[in-house]
This record gives sequence, structure tokens and C-alpha cells, in this order.
Amino acid sequence: MSKEKAQNLRIDNTFDPVTYDPQYILMVNNLKKYFPIKGGMISRTVGYVKAVDGVTFNLKRGTTMGLVGESGCGKTTCGRTILRLSGDKTGGQVLFNGKEVYDLSDREMRSMRTKMQIIFQDPFSSLSPRLPVGEIIGEAVREHNVVSRAEFDDYIDGVMDNCGLQPFHKDRYPHEFSGGQRQRICIARALAVNPEFVVCDEPVSALDVSIQAQIINLLEDLQEKYKLTYLFISHDLSVVEHISDTVGVMYLGNLVEYGTTKDIFGEPLHPYTKALFSAIPVPDPDAKMKRIVLEGSIPSPANPPSGCKFHTRCANCMKICSEVTPEWKEIRPGHFCACHLYDDVKPAETAAE
Amino acid sequence: MRKYIIKRLLLAVIIFFFVMLIIYTVLRCLPSSYVETIAREKSQQPGSKSYQEWLDQLNAMYGLDKGIIPGYIGWLGEFFTGHFGDSWKYTVPVIDKFNEVVWLSFEMGVITMILELIIAIPLGIIAATKQYSKTDYTISILALAFISLPTFFFIALLKLVFCIKIQIPDPATGSMMGLFPLTGLFSRTYNQMTPVQQFFDRAWHLVLPITTLVIISIGGLMRYTRTNMLEVLNADYIRTARAKGLSEKKVIYHHAFRNTLIPLVTIVGGSLPGLFSGALFTETMFSLPGIGYISYNAMISGDIPFSMFYLAFLAILTLLGNLIADILYAVVDPRVRLA
Repeated sequence: MSKEKAQNLRIDNTFDPVTYDPQYILMVNNLKKYFPIKGGMISRTVGYVKAVDGVTFNLKRGTTMGLVGESGCGKTTCGRTILRLSGDKTGGQVLFNGKEVYDLSDREMRSMRTKMQIIFQDPFSSLSPRLPVGEIIGEAVREHNVVSRAEFDDYIDGVMDNCGLQPFHKDRYPHEFSGGQRQRICIARALAVNPEFVVCDEPVSALDVSIQAQIINLLEDLQEKYKLTYLFISHDLSVVEHISDTVGVMYLGNLVEYGTTKDIFGEPLHPYTKALFSAIPVPDPDAKMKRIVLEGSIPSPANPPSGCKFHTRCANCMKICSEVTPEWKEIRPGHFCACHLYDDVKPAETAAE
Repeated sequence: MRKYIIKRLLLAVIIFFFVMLIIYTVLRCLPSSYVETIAREKSQQPGSKSYQEWLDQLNAMYGLDKGIIPGYIGWLGEFFTGHFGDSWKYTVPVIDKFNEVVWLSFEMGVITMILELIIAIPLGIIAATKQYSKTDYTISILALAFISLPTFFFIALLKLVFCIKIQIPDPATGSMMGLFPLTGLFSRTYNQMTPVQQFFDRAWHLVLPITTLVIISIGGLMRYTRTNMLEVLNADYIRTARAKGLSEKKVIYHHAFRNTLIPLVTIVGGSLPGLFSGALFTETMFSLPGIGYISYNAMISGDIPFSMFYLAFLAILTLLGNLIADILYAVVDPRVRLA
């Protein structure tokens, strides 16, 4: 095996461990998830698809973090890896309420699942076609003894009512529902176990706009009612702006910028974020749109560009960009960015967030 | 649902009509004509009529002087009024001969199928849940080997090992004999045995044939289960089940396997007629008078009434099997229930 190949196979797993800060429900530190590429006669690992390649952020209790980025940038994998739903992580830390998620035993993990839930992207394929809706929603409730057996029926009715479903829907099967109703079922299923944290993986992208608004409002109402924390994954920027308190922008497995919604949408720092936001349509025919059109398509995550991964498409590309990976630093209080344009800016001293 | 079943039954009748027409045409056109064989034999006896005269006489006797279409219509009329005729080769009523031999094949078929389901489905599930592991590779290679194994060769191997190489003392006489009998269904002393002994003697004779049938059939079902299980295990709703925090056992047996049942039912429903069709190689090599062996002999000697009855029986079973599979489908898959 050549030297270059061997280098491709090595996984760099060095990071500074974070200590638990109780204001954060979730602390993600340098999280990595690589998928091996098998090749050759004996299915040897010949490389990795670096779906999530060192993502770091902290999520405050009761807030919503939006995670945006192009298709294939690793948003979904990131959400699933945080919940330990796609096998083992490759590196980094995921602290949920101060506990490393990947250190839990199977049994502990199963009970932890009541605290951390996910709403999947496709509301139809994520519901078992052979189970009636009451069973889909109630199964985990029964399994984890969330409520006593006597209260079970009323509890399920209550959850369904909260999510805009009728009690008589219980005996029906997923194929008998419309898209919006199916998404409500998915939400009801996730919330039935009384979670603290919910990953919403593009919960509205499969729905038409009128239903999208309903679902978004429902999610917001439920957040208020149950003090939920959301990680809201979406490529719909206007939805993210509406629902999120903080926003993370992902590009090719990395977070390139992270900050409050106001900061990110008001003063985007990273060239990628700027390009992304310039694509938001403005409902004003006279508005001068300065679209930044990105050339080319997203590079392969199996063989990402050297240095800053975005340099191949960046309008402000400098010599250093293709050589040195930019540092992830706090440019302004609570506003993180990884870009060489801000190399001279001193990191914000007050990590006041 | 009732309307659906009636529609399917009517369709089955039409299919049956054409299937049997094709079979009848093929049987009439076979080069091994029963009548010609008899005519040749008779004409060679000293002082006999010529071959052509015998042929004409026999053709008229057996109703073969009519064309294929009128002959078929005639057969159809007889069949639906319950007149199945006499077997030319076995010279007894078709239904008697059939009844005499089919139950042995059926018995073997049912036992084989039960063993097949018990062995192949769990193996398929295990292979799928441990995809790309050593267990999976072992099971898959074995399955492939079993599928590829020629029956007659496998039987010869089994006989060599279990009937010749491994010897045990005969409990009655004390002399050495094979662990299992080479051929046949009964021992010579069968008539002197008590009913319990008779039962065990018969079972003892059926061990090797059934082993053969099971081994050659589990490969396919196992691979089928594995493929379908893999497909289901990769489905999004399995991830949902995991996200619910269910135990792995529940995820696999409660969520995944239930959804695998749908294609399995089709396969099992489709193999129901196989219970009656017999196993030609196995029955022949173990000299078991089953329907596979008997019908094969009927066919090569041009015994049209027996062949037609046997094939009509299989056609009806196949059509019914498909219908039953479709109805079972509705039972296991709620999405089909209203259609």
C-alpha cells in the first residue's frame, strides 16, 4: 500500500475533551463519522466518506438550533450520529446531559432514547406499514413504562390530540393518511416518550407549503408546552430563520459558521454562508439581488479538498486557503467561524455565551 | 373481497382451460405413443393383422381417431362430470392409482416443507442480521452448495455414507447392517411387526429421502429470506424502531420479520402444489412408489388419461395456491386489505 493511501486510511482523532456545562443539554465536540469505502477482492477498506468531519457546537436547553447546508453536506448524518443511530462514531464527543452517549451500555442507551428523539425526513417510509398508528405511537411508551398501564389509552389519546390527530386514527395504518397527517404521526411518535431533545431531520421538506406552516407551528407550540430542545435540520433557510435561536452552517462535513440566528442572517461571515443566504428569494420585484452563484458542485466527501474544504468554490480564495485548514474560532461573542479571512481578527475574549 | 375472489376464480377457470389445452396438445403429439407401441407388439404376433389395421382399430378404441380439439373437448366434458377414465399403463381407474400413490408423496412433502420452514427461515434471518460476518458467509455458501447439488449425486453420497460406511448391529438378528436402509419403504418383516414397530420402520425408511428433499430445498428459501430480511432491515422504519429504544430482538422479530412475511407467504403459497407433485429423482432412487415416480412412468409410456388427470390436478392446485397466497397477502399486509 502506498504512503498516500495509508494516509487516507488514518483517522485523526485528537481533540480537547470538553467538560460538562449544565446550561447545555447537548455538547458536541469534534464529532466525526466516516463511512468506509470497501474495494478490491477481499472488501478491504480503501478510503472513507467523511460525512461528518469534526463538528463542534453546544446547544442550550429549551432552544432551537438550525442546521443548514447543501444536500449531501452531512446534516442528516450529523443528526443521526448525535443520537447514535448510525452505528459507532468515528471520533469526538457527544455529551447529552453530561453523559457521553457512546459510552452507554445497550440497556442504558435504550432508556436514554426516551430523552432524545428524532423526527425523520420521510414521514411515510419511516413508519412501519404493518403496524396501526396507535401501536406506532404507543409501542415505545409501553416498552419504557412512560405511563402506567391504566393511563396508557388516555395518554396516547392526549399525545395524538396535541399533535392534531383524532382518537379514531389509532386503528388505521400509515398508508391511509395524508402526508401532513403522517408527519403528525411521526411527531406524536417522537413526543410520546416525553423527550427533552428532538432532532427534527427536515421534518417539513416532504410536505407542501400550507402543511409546512402547520407543522412548524405545531413544533413551536409543543416546544413551548414541553420545554423541548430542537436540533432543526433543514435546507429551507426561511424556515430555519423562523424557528431557530441559533444556526449552524455545514459544508462538506464541517461546520463553517455558527451563531445566533440574528448574527448569522444579519451579518454572515463565511463566504459560503454569504453565498447560501444570497439565494434566499426576496418577495420584492424591485429588490436588487446580489446573487453569489457557486461554481461547480459540492466536492466528494471521500476525497475532500485540502486546506479549507470550500476553497475550490470560494469567491475570496487566497493562497493559504488551499494549504492550511482554517481554525474554528469565536470571531465575535457567540459567533464562530472557520475562515482565513478572519485570521487577523483576535478571538473574542468573552466567551459570554 | 368476495367480489375479488369470485373474479379470481373465474379467471382461474379460463386459465385452466387453456393450460390443459396446451398440455393435451403436447401429450397427443408426443413421439412415445401408447397406441403405437401396442399396435407394433400385436402386429408382430404370428398370423396377426397388419400394423396399420391394429393402429386404426386401437385408435378408434382409445378415442385417438378424433382431432386434437374435439378430443380435448371430449376430455374436458368427461373431466368435469367426474369421469377420469382408466389408466392405460396401469389398467386400473386413474383415480384409484392416483389415490394409492399420492399420499406417500404428500406425507414426504409436508414433512419436508415443515422442516424447510423451521430451518431455512431462522437461518436466513441470522444471516441477514449478521450481514458480511463469518456466520453469514458460512450460511450463504452452504445454501449455494445445497442449491447447486445434483439430487442423484447427493443421494448416492448419502447412501454411501449412511447405508454402507456406517454400520450398526441389527437389533433382531445381531448381524451388521447400514444405519439407514438403501431403498424401499418397508422392511421385509414389516407384516410381522406391531403397529408401533411398523410406524418406526416406515419412519426409518423415510429418513434419508426426506433429508435429501430438505437439503436440496432449504437453500432457495434461506437465500430468499435473507434477501428480503436485508431489504427490510435497511428500511427507514427499522431506524424508527431503533430510535424508539426497543431491544434489538424486538426490532428484528416484531418489526423486521413481520414485514418479511409478506414475500415469504407468496413463496410458501406458491409451493403448495409441490406437496402433491412428488419428487421424481428422490422417489426413483429410493424406489418409493410416490406420485412423482408413477406419473413419470405414465408420461413416458404415453398414458394420456393418467397424465392428463395428474397435470390437471397440479394445474388446479397451482391456481388455487396463487389465489390462497393472494388472500394470505391481505391477511399479513394491511395495505392490500381493501383492494
